[in-house]
Amino acid sequence: MSVSVGTTDPVHEQGHGGAVETGKGNMRVTVENLTVRIASSKVVIVNDVSIEVAAGEILGIVGESGSGKTTLGLAMIGHTRRGLEISHGAIRLDGRDLTSLPARKMTGLYGSAMTYVPQDPGTALNPARRIGSQLREILTVHGVSKREADERIREILGEVGLDGVRHVLSAYPHQLSGGQQQRVAIAMAFACRPGLIVMDEPTTGLDVTTQRTVLNTVRSLCSKYGVAAIYVSHDVAVVAELADQVAVVYAGKIVERGPAARVFGSPEHPYTRGLLRAVPSAERRTRLRAMPGVRPELGDPSPGCAFAPRCSISESRCHHVSPVLVAVPAGSDGSHSARCLVAPGVGTREAMALDLRVLDAVDDQHEEADSTVVLQVSNLSAHYGTKKVLHDINLSIGKNECLALVGESGSGKTTLSRCLVGLHRGWSGEVRLSDEEITPGVSQRSRDALQRMQYVFQNPYASLNPRRTVGGLLLQPLEHFTKLGRRERNQRVVSTLDAVSLPRTYLAKYPDELSGGERQRVAIARALVVQPQVLVCDEVTSALDVSVQASVIEMLRDLQLDQELSILFITHNLPLVRSIAQHVAVMSDGRIIEQGGTDSVLDNPQAVYTQQLMEHLPSFEDPVRSVGLG
Amino acid sequence: MLLQRVPLGIVTIWIVTMIVFAATQLLPGNAALAVLGKNATPERLAALEKQMGLDQSPVAQYWHWFSGLLQGDPGRSLVNQQTISSLTGPQVLNSAALVVTAGILGTLIGVAVGLVAAVLRDSPLDHALAATALAILSLPEFVIAIFVTVLFSTNVFHWFPAVSALPPGARPWDHVSMLVLPTIVLVIVIAPYVFRMMRAATVEALESEYGEMAGLKGLTKRQVLLRHALPNAVAPTVQAIGLNLLYLAGGIVVVESVYNYPGVGQALYQAILNKDVPTIQFLVTLLAAFYVIVNIITDVLALMATPRRRLQR
Repeated sequence: MSVSVGTTDPVHEQGHGGAVETGKGNMRVTVENLTVRIASSKVVIVNDVSIEVAAGEILGIVGESGSGKTTLGLAMIGHTRRGLEISHGAIRLDGRDLTSLPARKMTGLYGSAMTYVPQDPGTALNPARRIGSQLREILTVHGVSKREADERIREILGEVGLDGVRHVLSAYPHQLSGGQQQRVAIAMAFACRPGLIVMDEPTTGLDVTTQRTVLNTVRSLCSKYGVAAIYVSHDVAVVAELADQVAVVYAGKIVERGPAARVFGSPEHPYTRGLLRAVPSAERRTRLRAMPGVRPELGDPSPGCAFAPRCSISESRCHHVSPVLVAVPAGSDGSHSARCLVAPGVGTREAMALDLRVLDAVDDQHEEADSTVVLQVSNLSAHYGTKKVLHDINLSIGKNECLALVGESGSGKTTLSRCLVGLHRGWSGEVRLSDEEITPGVSQRSRDALQRMQYVFQNPYASLNPRRTVGGLLLQPLEHFTKLGRRERNQRVVSTLDAVSLPRTYLAKYPDELSGGERQRVAIARALVVQPQVLVCDEVTSALDVSVQASVIEMLRDLQLDQELSILFITHNLPLVRSIAQHVAVMSDGRIIEQGGTDSVLDNPQAVYTQQLMEHLPSFEDPVRSVGLG
Repeated sequence: MLLQRVPLGIVTIWIVTMIVFAATQLLPGNAALAVLGKNATPERLAALEKQMGLDQSPVAQYWHWFSGLLQGDPGRSLVNQQTISSLTGPQVLNSAALVVTAGILGTLIGVAVGLVAAVLRDSPLDHALAATALAILSLPEFVIAIFVTVLFSTNVFHWFPAVSALPPGARPWDHVSMLVLPTIVLVIVIAPYVFRMMRAATVEALESEYGEMAGLKGLTKRQVLLRHALPNAVAPTVQAIGLNLLYLAGGIVVVESVYNYPGVGQALYQAILNKDVPTIQFLVTLLAAFYVIVNIITDVLALMATPRRRLQR
């Protein structure tokens, strides 16, 4: 039995056993006044969102963690996570309202008319089942015959670039790389030729080269099959490159929306501007501007604009009147709109432009930095068991210098940092810290050597003991490394807390009470409190939002200047390197393949690998900066 | 994996036989004395010791016993000089019948109820089941046995016999009514473990991202449960079932004694009362072997159900 589907009626009965004509491209998705809340407490997570996506168009939803962007993305295919409910609004897929459909019909639509690409395919693919059966299932469950499904799978594997991978269909998810897993998830999403696809940060865990190919695949498949796509991400650069339309979400509301070029080229909402100012540029060294304050709690009952407490141009009315989305510039066609009482008004554009002009290149006080070498690594090679993972590493860090160690996942950069601080002892070679040679294992090192090199972990949610207060966390290393008296210890703790810009009231707080950025400040303070010469920072901002990242990076920059600190900054993020580091070493496959001054390496990369990295960066063409500076 | 586990298991059993043998050597008195009892004179004792090989070194005695075991001959009972295999064989069989029946029923019930509770998680039924399971888990098995007996045999209903003393030589399946109460007790004791593990593993799978993803692929709730949650719930549940079987091997002693059921528990109890050292040695070794074998089987099954552990990247 075959149920034919007209292009005008994608919402159709499809009992199991009935065949379904797939190929439902060219649909328009309209969301009206969509509100999602927590079912028990009625706390609103997505607030009165109206938006539209046309066939073949990609809508980028941009926001920071806690903004409600993922909830919004999922709600646009009528799905809510457990405990949440769509309390209001309509989602129209070619005119029919999904919110009024019975669950059975929604089940028929999922996977065929609307599909979802998860953030982490490593957890979204079933670990106990083979790739082939998981791929075939999405077709057969919608009535495609087995033979036809196999044919379609062959075709789609070619389209996502997995046709060259041997045994991919008989593999289990864990046998594939992250990039391959994500391509499987994308193949799955496009297999039934859906009309609407929601993608939730699908490239977050991927390195830039893989990200580039995945983004290209997504774009070509969307236009080839006329799919309306929603791309949820915190990564402004990726969205700027991929999306046709953009919606910026803050505290559950769309604060600005419009064509991507307009929103990123001439942002009107102060939050959008703040976000863009916080994003580091790969092209030019800039100071990053963090937004002051923190996002409001979910369900914050305060009236007025949710962004007002953090806003540089807010007026007193902003705290009482809730703004609506209005066309910008005032009186235009409404394709670009912002939810702000002040910004679209006459006279503010000048103020905002001035505001943007502050984005100077960072004054480089380091050019004539002290040439004293603090950390010298010579011919370091490391092993895991019998496997050699690092090959003849040579590098040095001068006093007051920040050296960035760049590489993709698996390049060996974290291994190198663990060798240096003594957490991995299987290495040979020579490491000198201020002319004193240090031993591989942390247990054989002198107290002095340990104190002079401190380590900050990637994830501040895991690296702080939850049962100690901030004060206790900072006192512990002092008690271990120094013989300071009680008063001096307390003074040191307080001054360190000042240095990382945390108020003294935080001494009594527990890590649970702090935000991610505050936790990372505490972790950095814990390293700084013993006054080390070298700080090893392993991806210290990768778990943080971009606006929080900006504040942590600027804090490190200030510390480096004020406290004569040398920093080994490990990251995969090239724009961040440009912002903070004076020198850079590029790692690949356990070797340093290129090193030198940051500007010369990034402007004129010599190694093919570095060239590729730069080339594959999402080309966020700095529209704000050119506008602001122009 | 199997290739590692089996030799390791054999070594474990071998070590157990040595420990068991050493422990019985440490007991006061010796077997010959126990046999002769009040009739012991130094001459008769010496003669019997020689006959039983007790005058040899402990190592030689161990080797004699162990090589006998390997050939399927665990020796003779001290009490009546019957071979231990003919003496304990029927009782081992009786216990096996009880363990297998209770194991299968308890597992099936635990798995089924666990699935239902997982699907209806956080419903009143789920909460009631969780509370019941916890209550049962916190009761010692003899209390459950008494309760079951009062309910089904002595005071409320008079359906089944309160005592399950099979006549000597009788096979358990010829007297099914006698099996019922001990089986019910054992099922009640083990089903909650399986239930809790099954529920937890299934809920985890249903609420996982791949569970959500399966729903967003257009699978019905039933399909998500059977095709995506179940395969991932198998491994932890198999482990729980294995633990239960091991538990049964011990728990059965109490239940057998409550119902006077002639099984391994009773055989061991009698052997200890009679200071029948060879029989004790045999039964303890048998139980240890059961532990090791069940462990190997559950580990291998769990491994087979977990591709991530089974296959290299």
